[in-house]
Amino acid sequence: MAVAPPPARASRARRKDLLWIYLFILPGLALTSMFIFYPMGASWYFSLTEWNGFSDAKAFVGLANYRELIGDGFFWGSFGRSMIFVLIGVPLRVGLALILAIVLNNVIRGRLSTFFRTVFFLPVMAAASVIGVVLTFVLSPGNGPIALLLETTGLTDTPVEFLSDPDLALWSTLLLHTWKNFGMTLIYWLAALQTVPPEYYEAAEVDGAGAVQRLIRITLPILLPFAVIIIVLTANENLHAFALIQALTGGGPYYASEVVEVYIFRTAFAPDAAGGVPRLGYASAAGCFFGMATLIIALLQAWALKLVAAQRARLDR
Amino acid sequence: MTTAGPTLRTSTSVQEADGARPPRPPRRLKRSEKIAMALGVLVLLPIALVWIYPFVWVFSSSLQSNAEIFASLNPFTSTLQLDNYIRAWTEADMGRYFLNTIFVTGVSILLSVTVNALLGYVLGRYVFPGKRLIYVLLALVVFLPEGYTVIPIFDLIDNLGLSGSLWGIALAEAGGVSVIVVLLFTGYFAQLPKELEEAAKMDGAGFLRIFARIYLPLARPVLATAVILQFMHAWNDFLLPLVLTLSQPDLRTLAVGIYSLQNQYFSDWGMMSAASTIALLPIILVFIALQKYFIESFSGAVKG
Repeated sequence: MAVAPPPARASRARRKDLLWIYLFILPGLALTSMFIFYPMGASWYFSLTEWNGFSDAKAFVGLANYRELIGDGFFWGSFGRSMIFVLIGVPLRVGLALILAIVLNNVIRGRLSTFFRTVFFLPVMAAASVIGVVLTFVLSPGNGPIALLLETTGLTDTPVEFLSDPDLALWSTLLLHTWKNFGMTLIYWLAALQTVPPEYYEAAEVDGAGAVQRLIRITLPILLPFAVIIIVLTANENLHAFALIQALTGGGPYYASEVVEVYIFRTAFAPDAAGGVPRLGYASAAGCFFGMATLIIALLQAWALKLVAAQRARLDR
Repeated sequence: MTTAGPTLRTSTSVQEADGARPPRPPRRLKRSEKIAMALGVLVLLPIALVWIYPFVWVFSSSLQSNAEIFASLNPFTSTLQLDNYIRAWTEADMGRYFLNTIFVTGVSILLSVTVNALLGYVLGRYVFPGKRLIYVLLALVVFLPEGYTVIPIFDLIDNLGLSGSLWGIALAEAGGVSVIVVLLFTGYFAQLPKELEEAAKMDGAGFLRIFARIYLPLARPVLATAVILQFMHAWNDFLLPLVLTLSQPDLRTLAVGIYSLQNQYFSDWGMMSAASTIALLPIILVFIALQKYFIESFSGAVKG
């Protein structure tokens, strides 16, 4: 790719180069093996054991954990809530971010655009757990600023329990997670919009195309391939809402906002609340099952969007 | 992503890659565009307020006493005082968490940026047996969901005998390669001119010297991006440091520390706000300082 194959007389220098090349690869390979490949394999092995984490003793139990998992209502509840985070949270975030990105790219120009980008990116930079603590205070039903605002404007007379009402908690956490990570999706879209050659717009304008037509005929078709990767990245983020949810509600009240990662954490490391012992093997089974499920979803998504893109290309011809 | 071979470039295009994109002649906005822009700003301002409000609130609360915080919605009505910060830093141990976080973040940045740059360099500039395999492994890293690795990593750090030190957390935060960063480096190194290397070889420079003295310094924008991404990751990460410090409160990072204080100081909004500001401020400052590089190399990567 980068350097043409060396002529024969350079082969000694080439061999020396090769040594350096593999030396350069080694640290990355070692770290990745330790912290990505090994844990993925180990997780599967752990999932076949009963292991409390206090000692190294792992009793091999075969598929018992998986059998138990399939009958575990708490797991399926958390699984369903994770799916809500994807099926409702992703279209919400990706769609709103697309609209805003187009406005920031095509309507608002210069420094003002940079200002708004930075504002929307602000919560992305902050730790989810810190944001969680801050938002818990802001949304505090008794005397938080939002409660005071709702009260003084007379919108409600009873305090809204955003995070402690079982019917509201999941939706509050979903909205707050969308709020926090919105800027990331916005950046993805803005970067994709940068790939639209300005000449296209200028040519279309000369041809008398209006703003809406330019959007439908030029912008959106060019953005479509990026949609695949942006949706997958956003879905991935929405499946990893652990930090924010743990800090906002801890999965409560009564498990109402417990997504799979919170379930895994509780089962593996914080079982006291449920009055049990840590079950790292069982939690690993939940992790592996969920990992596979999300992988399948990601592949299905990529496949579906490829079909859409192919369809679109056919229409264009 | 840039996969094409290096195109020969003149010195002006090196500058271009280093800094801004080629300047487009500024175009005067038409009247209709100005109106659209004004309308856009009008719609966006209240939305932006929703995004910025919690930050303004937490900052202003950090400078007020608890009584003042509850008294009014206006964040700017207080007599400013630093008592909350003093208590957060000493009483609530934020000072210790802050130093822990700096150590973990610093070590993990050094480690991960080095590792990713080395990999990106050889991928971007050399052909070698096994290159395809590396790309396959990178693709695996992207596609395999990483949610369930925390339990084995917890076990691994323990087995390495690192569960009682910050080194274990730093190592885990550096983690495996970051595919995005490696590909940013790959694309960047691939488009730098080959002549630099040839000239250096004439002068007798070896492989390592060519990398360290010539190409690496040129990759400043990508280095900055890699630093920001790893800074954000290590400074903010929660699940891993939480799990690794469950029985080691002294090793907590800011993100974990604040969470662990939440119940203990629930009614002390002033101090919790100060603690939150301590955790938030460095990351916001670093981002603002380096954001020029960040946005650029991001759109460069998507474009490539």
